[in-house]
Amino acid sequence: MTSSIEKPLTGKVPLDGSALDLPAYEQAGGYQAIRKVLSGGMTPKAVIAEVKNANLRGRGGAGFPTGSKWSFVPVGKDVPNPTYLVVNADEMEPGTFKDRFLMERNPHQLIEGAIVASFAIEADIAYIFLRGEYTLAAERLTRAIAEAYERNYLGKNILGSGYSLELHLHLSAGRYICGDETGLLNALEGKRANLRAKPPFPVVVGLFGKPTVVNNVETISCVPHIINNGAEWFHGLSRTKDGGTKLYGVSGKVKRPGLWELPMGTTVREILEEHAGGMRDGVKFRGLLPGGSSTPFIVEEHLDTPMDFTEMPKVGSRLGTGTMIVLDDQTCPVGMAWNMTKFFARESCGFCTPCWSGLGWAERILLSIENGHGKPDDLGKLSAQAKMWGPGATFCALAPGAADPLETAMKYFRADFERHIAEQRCPWR
Amino acid sequence: MLTAEEIQEIEGEAAHYPKREAVSIDALKIVQKHRGWVSDESLRDIAEHIGMSPTELDSIATFYNLIYRRPVGRHVISVCDSVSCWIMGCEQMRKHLQQRLGIGLGETTADKRFTLLPTVCLGCCDRAPALMVDGDLHTDLDPQKIDGELENYK
Repeated sequence: MTSSIEKPLTGKVPLDGSALDLPAYEQAGGYQAIRKVLSGGMTPKAVIAEVKNANLRGRGGAGFPTGSKWSFVPVGKDVPNPTYLVVNADEMEPGTFKDRFLMERNPHQLIEGAIVASFAIEADIAYIFLRGEYTLAAERLTRAIAEAYERNYLGKNILGSGYSLELHLHLSAGRYICGDETGLLNALEGKRANLRAKPPFPVVVGLFGKPTVVNNVETISCVPHIINNGAEWFHGLSRTKDGGTKLYGVSGKVKRPGLWELPMGTTVREILEEHAGGMRDGVKFRGLLPGGSSTPFIVEEHLDTPMDFTEMPKVGSRLGTGTMIVLDDQTCPVGMAWNMTKFFARESCGFCTPCWSGLGWAERILLSIENGHGKPDDLGKLSAQAKMWGPGATFCALAPGAADPLETAMKYFRADFERHIAEQRCPWR
Repeated sequence: MLTAEEIQEIEGEAAHYPKREAVSIDALKIVQKHRGWVSDESLRDIAEHIGMSPTELDSIATFYNLIYRRPVGRHVISVCDSVSCWIMGCEQMRKHLQQRLGIGLGETTADKRFTLLPTVCLGCCDRAPALMVDGDLHTDLDPQKIDGELENYK
C-alpha cells in the first residue's frame, strides 16, 4: 500500500468489497505468525508477554489489557480440560459496524489471530460467536475456516507442531445481551443469555465451567501483526499510550459516513472533519456519541480529544467501540434519547428490576415528552431513574450504558428538553 | 416429527459441544430454516430429541429475537430502528412499508408474502437506513428504492 499511514488490519483488503482470499492473505505475510510461534520460535508465555508489552487493549469497548487477561488463565497439568477461546463477534452496539468489516473482508486474519491467542492460553477449542444477522460474514468465515483446516492451520498437530486446535463458528439467534461475555457464554451453552456473577471470572470458570478467554474480533485481528512485527512496532502505530491502530467509524448526517483504520489516539475532530468530510451541507454539528449508543455524549468543546481509552474518560465519555454517531441540528435530541432508551428497554434481559422496569418507564416518559405531553417533573424523574441504573445498581453494563447517553443528553441539550415540555410539542416536527 | 435431514443437521452441530443441550439454539434455527417458524409441535419434538424439557426450550426460544414462535410470511422484512438508522429516517421507511403492505409491525400480509418486524442495529450504520429481507441486507434506502428491491421477493 502506498498510504503513508500503516494499516495492518485493513491495508491489504481488496477495494471491490470482496474478501482478502487465502492466497492473497498468505502472500501478504499471512499465517507467518502461527509458523513463528508453532515452530518453537515463541513459547505461550512469550506470546502473552509480547501482547502485554504491545499494550493491546480490548476493542469490544471495555479496553481491558488483552495480555493481562490471557495471563490470568490457569495453565499446567492440574488445570481442568479443555481451555476455550471465544471470539466475541456479536457486534450489536447501535452505531457500530467495524467487526462486520474485519470478518467480511479479512476472515483469515481473524482465524490466524484466534490460533495464536489459543496457543498463548493453551486452548484446545475455539469458537467464533457470530450474530445471526451477519450472513455474509458467516459465509466468508465458514469458507475461510474450511480452507484453514485444509492447510492444517487448524485441526490436529498443526503444521507438525504437536499443537491441536478445533475452531467452530456459532451463529447466534440475536439478543444484545449476548455481547456481554458471561451472557455470551450462557448463549453458547444453549441457554438464555442471562448474566453470571463474577467472580469467578470466565478466565477461571467460563464456558462449560472451564477456563475461557473471550476477546473481541478487532482485538484478535491485531494479534498476528503483533507477533510478526513486535510490541514496539505495534506501540509505534499509536499516537498515545494505548497501542496499535483503531477502526474508527462515523454515521449520521456527515458528508462521507464510513470506517477508517487510523492510529489509536487520532482526535475526534480529525476523524469527523477530515475522514468523514464534516457535516452535510445545510446541517450543523451538535454533539456525538464517540463509540456506540452506550457512550456519553461529547460536544464541540471536546472535539480535539484523542480517541483512545485513556483520554476520552477525561472529557466524561468513553472510547467504546470507536464508531461515532453524530447528532445534527435538524435531528431532535429528545427523540434520539427516546430511540436509544427504547433500544435498551427492549434488549434488557429482564434480570434486574432497575433495568427491566426503569428503562421501560424512562422510555415512556421520553416518548410522552416527544409527543407534547411532557410534565414539569419529568426531567427530575428521568435523572432519578438514570441514577438507579448506575454501575453497581444492576448486574451488568446494559443499564449503566443506557444511563450515560440519557444523562449527557439532558446535560448538553437541556434547553431542548425544557422547550418540549414548555411548548407541549417537539420543535423539530 | 423431525425429518431425517433436520436430525442430521442438528447432530452435525451437536458434535461441536461437550453437552447435548448446548445445541438447543442451533436446533431451533435448523427447524425454523426448514419450516419457516417453530410451532408447539416442533418445539416438543426438538426438546425430546435433545433431552430438554419443552418448557425450558420455550424459555430459550422466546428469549432470542431470531426464533419465530408464530408463523411468518414467505419473506421476513426486518427494519432496523436503532439510532443511526433513526437519524437517517427509518421511521419514514417503516411508515412507508406499513402503508404499502397494509400491515403493522409483527404482522403478515394476507397473501403470506411478507412479515414485517423491527430489528436492532444491523451493523451497517454508514449505509443507513437499512433493512434485511430474509438473509439479505439492503442499505442506503429510500421509499422508492425499497419498493424496487421488494419486487425481487415473490
